[in-house]
Amino acid sequence: MPPIDLDVSAHEHARRLRAGEYSARALAEATLARVRAQEPSLNAYITVTDDLALAQADAADARLKAGDAGPLVGIPVGVKDLLSTKGVQTTAASHMLEGFTPVIDCTVVERLNAAGAVTIGKTNLDEFAMGSSTEHSYFGPTKNPWDLTRVPGGSSGGSAATVAARGVPISIGTDTGGSIRQPASLCGILGLKTTYGRVSRFGIVAFASSLDQAGPFGRDAEDVATLLGAFAGHDPRDSTTAPVPVPDYTERFDRGFEGLRIGVPDSLLEQGVDAGVREAVEQAIATFASNGAQVKRGIELPAAKAALPVYYIIAPSEASANLARYDGVKYGFSYPDGRNAEEAMAESRGRGFGAEVKRRIMLGTYALSAGYYDAYYLKAQKVRTLIQREYAAAFADVDLILTPTSPGVAFRIGEKVDDPVAMYLNDLYTIPVNIAGLPGISIPCGMSEGLPVGLQLVGRYFEESTVLQAAHAYGSVTDWHERRPPALPGA
Amino acid sequence: MALTAEEVRHIATLARVAVSPEEVERLRVQLSGILDQFQMLNDIDTSDVPPTTQSFDLHSVQRADEVRPSLPRAEALLNAPRTEDGYIRVRAVLD
Repeated sequence: MPPIDLDVSAHEHARRLRAGEYSARALAEATLARVRAQEPSLNAYITVTDDLALAQADAADARLKAGDAGPLVGIPVGVKDLLSTKGVQTTAASHMLEGFTPVIDCTVVERLNAAGAVTIGKTNLDEFAMGSSTEHSYFGPTKNPWDLTRVPGGSSGGSAATVAARGVPISIGTDTGGSIRQPASLCGILGLKTTYGRVSRFGIVAFASSLDQAGPFGRDAEDVATLLGAFAGHDPRDSTTAPVPVPDYTERFDRGFEGLRIGVPDSLLEQGVDAGVREAVEQAIATFASNGAQVKRGIELPAAKAALPVYYIIAPSEASANLARYDGVKYGFSYPDGRNAEEAMAESRGRGFGAEVKRRIMLGTYALSAGYYDAYYLKAQKVRTLIQREYAAAFADVDLILTPTSPGVAFRIGEKVDDPVAMYLNDLYTIPVNIAGLPGISIPCGMSEGLPVGLQLVGRYFEESTVLQAAHAYGSVTDWHERRPPALPGA
Repeated sequence: MALTAEEVRHIATLARVAVSPEEVERLRVQLSGILDQFQMLNDIDTSDVPPTTQSFDLHSVQRADEVRPSLPRAEALLNAPRTEDGYIRVRAVLD
């Protein structure tokens, strides 16, 4: 048997598995071997789940033999280590949860398992998903496969890096302020954040409950659409999931660029965007226009500029409440000494949480504290309403809003880690989308300084199909998503 | 907006997070810098604007009140740092 080509898409693997060119077990073994060989360079995983993967692959082979044509049967997938996996350590990249073993699968993983996917491992992230670089991981930073001295973005950096490096074809991340789209951009792959309420949060370690959404990474629009279709939809265990039917997310692929009306908020792009990013995005706009999409320049989203402070009030406030559960008593890191219960709790949290998590807990605690609630939290929620209204007005004339995903390409490890304000600016274009709860995708649209550039397309509520139509159409006339990083040493 | 070291220590107490003197100073500088970024919100008129807590308009979602099996005790205690006789052992909170 010739060696298995691991560079192909999930849908091509699915075709070859059904054609009997190789078994799910052989694919899992080859994938595990490559992932293991890449780990010394990338550190994309906190846990590689060999035994689970092989057991799931054997079950997939039985399904394939029985004629099961499900698109994810036997397909290797990486899962962000923020999603609970029954019997498999789930750390949130925190010392606080090191060794924590969930007794349930989260809904997303439960549905992936039911679809026959093969879990290769739990991917690295910024601790509790707080960060834009995956440097804030207790288990060390993940490296960008395009340049090992640079960050892969974050917080879902491990999930993005392993897909970009052709370790796994698809993976799962979560996105609270850009944590899927920004690493997709920095690693040169596709990543989709869904409409808030489209994907169940049940069993996912909570960061900011009104913003968090899990979503898919892939190397083409078809894989992203297929993966999303496997886990999207209402879940009685998460009352914020919407009772909206889940379509076939490839339903609009045959329309190409037809009927797409794309707005560009030029005034948002005036400051702080790297020249190479701006150039690649302009090229992409020209590509959309020359292929028949209608492009409207200069749409206005003035309040979107306020989304960054709104986010850094709302998200830490919700995080400070969500992370109150880590008290060193029921589970998680526990400081054994201390003069009394209160001191033991404070020491457990002081030692169990990393610097960025403590920073955000403190920020949220302050914003919610007596005398400041109206000035910060309530004010932020009112501006949130204005941002939503602005998007609603913009979507009266256009179907999609186009911006860069990130103002720059992947930055160097260590460059911004001690400057939170500079780090937060990475998410300037992704954060307003979470604040409004809209779906958005990042797709590769060029290279700058030898590093990938990503383009963000944002759609109306529950119109993931339109977002994916545009991503698919763009991918059918460009080959940026096929560019691959240099082979890693030893892999 | 500059926070004082005293304010930072107060927030840490409210958050139940132990912080070293070095952390207090670092957090004082960093949090002050972040709070400065929030000032731009004061320029936005929100006098007649209602707050939004969640983007999708779902209200008072209910489910049937059905009896279901709860987590078995062994699983509930699986990750507890200290257990005794099927209970989680905690520090005394009253003298």
